Amino acid sequence: MAVDQQLKIELGKQGVFVTTIEELYNWGRKNSVWPMQFGLACCAIEMIATTMARYDLARFGAEVFRPSPRQADLMIISGTVTKKMAPQVVRLYNQMAEPRYVIAMGACAISGGPFKQGYNVLKGIDRYIPVDVHIPGCPPRPEALIQAFMTLQKKIDGQPLTGEKRPRHLNPEAQGEFPVPEQGAHDLEPTSNSGVWPIPVIIR
Amino acid sequence: MTPSIAHPDRVEGWNRPPIIEPDGEGELLEVAMGPHHPSTHGVFRMDVALDGERVIRLKPVFGYLHRNHEKIAEGTSYLASMPYTDRLDYFCSLTNNWAYALAVEKLVGQQVPERAEYIRVILAELTRIQNHASTIGFLTQEMGASGTPLMYAFREREKILDLFEQLTGSRMMCNYMRFGGCRVDMSAAHLDSARKIVAGLPGFIDEFEALLSTNEILMARCQGIGKLKPELAINAGVSGPMLRASGVDYDIRKVDHYGIYDRFKFRVPLGDHGDVYDRYMVRVLEMRESVTILEQALKDIPAGPIMDPKAKIRGFRPKPGEAYGRIEAPKGELGFYLISDGTPNPYRYRVRPPSLINLTVLEDMCLGESVADVVVIFGSVDIVLGEVDR
Amino acid sequence: MAYTGDNPLMKTVEEIKAAIEAAVPGAGVDIISNPSVSGQHSLLIAQSHALQVAQFLRDDTELALDYLSNVTGVDYLDKEISEKVKVTRTVTKTVDGVEQQVEETVDETRKRVEPGYLETVYHLFSVAKKHGPVVLRMRTVNRTDQVEMPSLTPIWRGAELQEREVFDLYGVVFTGHPDLRRLLMWDEFKDHPMRKDYVEPDDFEYEPTPHDQVLERAKQHAASESASIQEGAETR
Repeated sequence: MAVDQQLKIELGKQGVFVTTIEELYNWGRKNSVWPMQFGLACCAIEMIATTMARYDLARFGAEVFRPSPRQADLMIISGTVTKKMAPQVVRLYNQMAEPRYVIAMGACAISGGPFKQGYNVLKGIDRYIPVDVHIPGCPPRPEALIQAFMTLQKKIDGQPLTGEKRPRHLNPEAQGEFPVPEQGAHDLEPTSNSGVWPIPVIIR
Repeated sequence: MTPSIAHPDRVEGWNRPPIIEPDGEGELLEVAMGPHHPSTHGVFRMDVALDGERVIRLKPVFGYLHRNHEKIAEGTSYLASMPYTDRLDYFCSLTNNWAYALAVEKLVGQQVPERAEYIRVILAELTRIQNHASTIGFLTQEMGASGTPLMYAFREREKILDLFEQLTGSRMMCNYMRFGGCRVDMSAAHLDSARKIVAGLPGFIDEFEALLSTNEILMARCQGIGKLKPELAINAGVSGPMLRASGVDYDIRKVDHYGIYDRFKFRVPLGDHGDVYDRYMVRVLEMRESVTILEQALKDIPAGPIMDPKAKIRGFRPKPGEAYGRIEAPKGELGFYLISDGTPNPYRYRVRPPSLINLTVLEDMCLGESVADVVVIFGSVDIVLGEVDR
Repeated sequence: MAYTGDNPLMKTVEEIKAAIEAAVPGAGVDIISNPSVSGQHSLLIAQSHALQVAQFLRDDTELALDYLSNVTGVDYLDKEISEKVKVTRTVTKTVDGVEQQVEETVDETRKRVEPGYLETVYHLFSVAKKHGPVVLRMRTVNRTDQVEMPSLTPIWRGAELQEREVFDLYGVVFTGHPDLRRLLMWDEFKDHPMRKDYVEPDDFEYEPTPHDQVLERAKQHAASESASIQEGAETR
């Protein structure tokens, strides 16, 4: 049940704040998303530049970058995920506590990027873990990362507490552990996680 | 499956790592530092065996960022590999471009006009300054300074990246050098902003040194740690500031006389002890020497073309043969080895990565030290994973 | 504006070869000339005396090549060479109505397979004398079973990680290397990816605009998929 905006503003002028639990809950969550200090390649340098003095990410709530996955809410996959590193990325994602979000930063994290024809390059991290925001670019500018952060905040704002579209951490039947791929003789086994990444059918 | 680090490396020799016996009883603690670790410069793993806090064995594990750049280059043309060289040492994309352009120019005997050489030197020295500043910033962050020197370094870096963006179109992946010159010309406005940046650099380096060089925490944590003897450094193929901090006078700008470095008067700083503090000081002094070169280059830059008009860009098919070209990149000796077989794609394209080869002696430097010093020594080697793993 | 590039040695390649053969008798050294403008000719050394040659190059007072800069692996596939050979044969022919034995020269094309090999190229410089580069090459016998080569790590420590990389990506086994493991790929990986005949694993399931080799693989995918669907339909 949404609150009428005019009424809200009128009451607010009197010092009475009317809101729903959902808005309050999401407001608290979206303004203190703590990223994990997880940089893989060149995009990590732009991520570091985003946290530096010129493009300050801390004013959006990402105050501290936690090194430990147990304490982080957001994993920014910045850089190429190689097949050697992929099991580690999935393991780190599994270790993060819900609610957790993933931003795939850069072309390499979305689909393999310029290194797509690589025997060691994983063609997109969304083969194994669910991704919330994709940022194209090689590397994306710090402003693009801030835009992605704001998009994520909007997404968190729109998550309902009950019903079909509720987030994973409020849904006891949702999948929490994503299977970690094994490093086989020629490639990773399995090559993708069909629950997360349904292979689109192309009609040629 | 992580293999245990009990590899049979008990080979004796003057250039082998020293064999250290644990003095306590009980088992060694085997820790994998990385690939996700707040203090590694990217995805890099070190398997260490610890006796309490002392490091008994250290084996680095590479390959977490192996993006098979060399295999891709065998399938693309020479010019199309230029953007991939940006992504090798992603801090210093312009020097990577120059090294590759130099190797191809050596292969075909391509001449470069004078103004282009000046522009190359200006951009390379600006790259060197921002790389050394960032390295020192990361080193102090790993010592626990929580980002303050890094913020100062990145403040200067942003100014230099603004110039790169105005000139080449991109902050980091510049893709600017071509075989026979540069892509676009530096206009008077670009040169003016370069002069403004260079005018502000001595003040920044003074501020940096006042903050760090006589800081007692930095001196206590860096002096006497991670010593590297000069004979071992030469034998192990170490290059760059790490080699010069051990006292070896080998700067490729002076040895190979590539580009027009002969026209500039600059000194090569050398260290006495080969420890972490010497590497830090060599980098600071190299920043000052780069400012000297920049002032001279910006004063003398002539007018003229920036690209050889006879250079073949489309349909570039070098004759069969091979060439090895190298430059003094900020991290060390960056070399490209090309074998051409007359087709538009190279037959063999090899990058000689300074960061990987500087890590050959990581074990030698860290054995016997405490595990907290491993992080500091590793930070002083100054690696970038894009170059180590390519 | 030309660059001078390398700092050439006082000796030419022929003089270095003569010096090696004087110091290490029996060492098989050949000169491989480099047709490009760079003028970096290389010395092909045989495997039998490689360590002694390397030691001489490092310890000689005039050459003093104490700095190994670069170790590269190169792959050469088997080459099928077809050459035209003139063959003389005696043939029975009728000349002016009389049968005679006449000698005839005919052109015949003969095909032979020159075995491929794996090669390692070493670039040496001198820090003491500040000259270089001197290029050494070593070749294996073939690409399949005889892929050993002596390791130069005991002479130059700088070869340690680079020879591991050549082992990882090309499959050259360096005898005498203190720690020969894979460097860049994971340990359970079975292939040697930089070889010219390596086939990449098939993870191009989703490719919106394929072209060239990827298009070929996508077509094979579609063909095998329709074949398996047909098989499934038939078995039912």
